[in-house]
Amino acid sequence: MMRLLVAALLLATGVTFIVIAGIGVARLPDVFQRMHAATKAGGIGTSLVVLGVLVGSGVARPVTGILTVVFMLISLSVASQLLARAAYLSDASVQELDGRDALAGVLDRERGNDAGGGRSSMAD
Amino acid sequence: MTMPDLATVARVLIAVLAVPLALSAYRMIKGPGYADRLVALDMLTAVVVSLAALTTVATGRRAFLDIGLGVALINFVSTCAFATFLERKGGPR
Repeated sequence: MMRLLVAALLLATGVTFIVIAGIGVARLPDVFQRMHAATKAGGIGTSLVVLGVLVGSGVARPVTGILTVVFMLISLSVASQLLARAAYLSDASVQELDGRDALAGVLDRERGNDAGGGRSSMAD
Repeated sequence: MTMPDLATVARVLIAVLAVPLALSAYRMIKGPGYADRLVALDMLTAVVVSLAALTTVATGRRAFLDIGLGVALINFVSTCAFATFLERKGGPR
């Protein structure tokens, strides 16, 4: 009984996180902020749901579930880092960010039309 | 008070997961750039893994959890590949 309650709680919390992540992906104004919602809240929500399934269902193999959780937590962060780098290099808008563009001199935004605070290639 | 069993809870939560599915589909159709669509794809995969895990509870078949693991594995490779393509392409849009 207690186990079912804990499992239901884990499942409901995970689904809530995923719904919030979905709202963030749809509503936030900027690629990087959408990525922030999708990666963090989505990853935590999925891990909680898989953990809840492991706790609650008698049939699920624990190895598969734990592998899924570990792999999701590792791969989502790595993949979003690659995706953020690619988005920055392909001239995504950074106008919604606070402060200056910290990558302005580090990564070269080639062929840009100065969409954000990045370096303009029109000068050279 | 009678408690609903876990399979019923899982069925209700599967119905709830239609909301983030629709929201990420909206972002994938609308999203102004390629990067937005890739973020929507990432989100879609997270929803699909959760759907597979919840289907394990709803139906009592353990194979659905393996499907979730497979989708998670494929998503990592595809996101890395698409990010590399986007980076190589460069330029706006």
